[in-house]
Amino acid sequence: MTFKEIKAILKKKRVGIAGCGGLGSNCAVALARTGIGKLVLADFDVVRKSNLNRQHFFTDQLGQKKVFALEDNLFFINPDVKIESHHIKLDPESIIKIFSECDVIIEAFDEAEMKQMIIETVLDKFPGKPIISGMGMAGYGDSNSIRMEQHDNLYICGDMKTGISEETPPLAPRVGIVAMMQANQAIQILLASESYLGFKKARE
Amino acid sequence: MKIILNNREEVIERENLTVEELIQYKNYTFKLLVTKINEQLVKKDERKTTFIKNGDKVVVLHMISGG
Repeated sequence: MTFKEIKAILKKKRVGIAGCGGLGSNCAVALARTGIGKLVLADFDVVRKSNLNRQHFFTDQLGQKKVFALEDNLFFINPDVKIESHHIKLDPESIIKIFSECDVIIEAFDEAEMKQMIIETVLDKFPGKPIISGMGMAGYGDSNSIRMEQHDNLYICGDMKTGISEETPPLAPRVGIVAMMQANQAIQILLASESYLGFKKARE
Repeated sequence: MKIILNNREEVIERENLTVEELIQYKNYTFKLLVTKINEQLVKKDERKTTFIKNGDKVVVLHMISGG
């Protein structure tokens, strides 16, 4: 497919991003650059200095709500992308409400409890809707351990083992790799759905 | 019995077991998991009462912090 054809398909698509931290902010940037039609952003947090080691925000945005700071940054990158921002701490009820119209959902939380909550909610309430999760990306090095696994409509990107600890902080490169992998998988699913292949064959 | 566990074929030396018992059998120590049988979600509170059958496709995913 040419970039023109890719953009024509993606322009009609809508992606939900649950969490606008290291995974969500970087994934949203990649999707905006590629020309996705609409992004639905949700996050409850504000930009802090400690976020700048890996999240797509700038020093003049400290203290701003992440969803609105990200919306501004995405507008500077590609003003054609429609953005719907929700400053909210997501729970099962709000996930169902906010993301029901999305073609793909990106799980971009940092807490394991929240990851479990959204995966269970989407698999239970939106059977068949693709959800792409980030699982294991702390520390540095060992790039080849980061991979993608598919379990029907649940896609998992990461090394599946390295959580946050004193010795394995979350850093820009590995978090960025996983965020890009999530964006890449979303684009593959969205383009495959248009070629009538369906998500099950998205990997082929 | 033979099951497909996380996309790999696996022989379990038991005949009747629940998802919760499989988690113990496999020594999965993570607290936060997502479990599925044959493409269906098995919620956290359904693991003790949901049985795995020969030939089932089982997924046990560990939730890992970071993002």
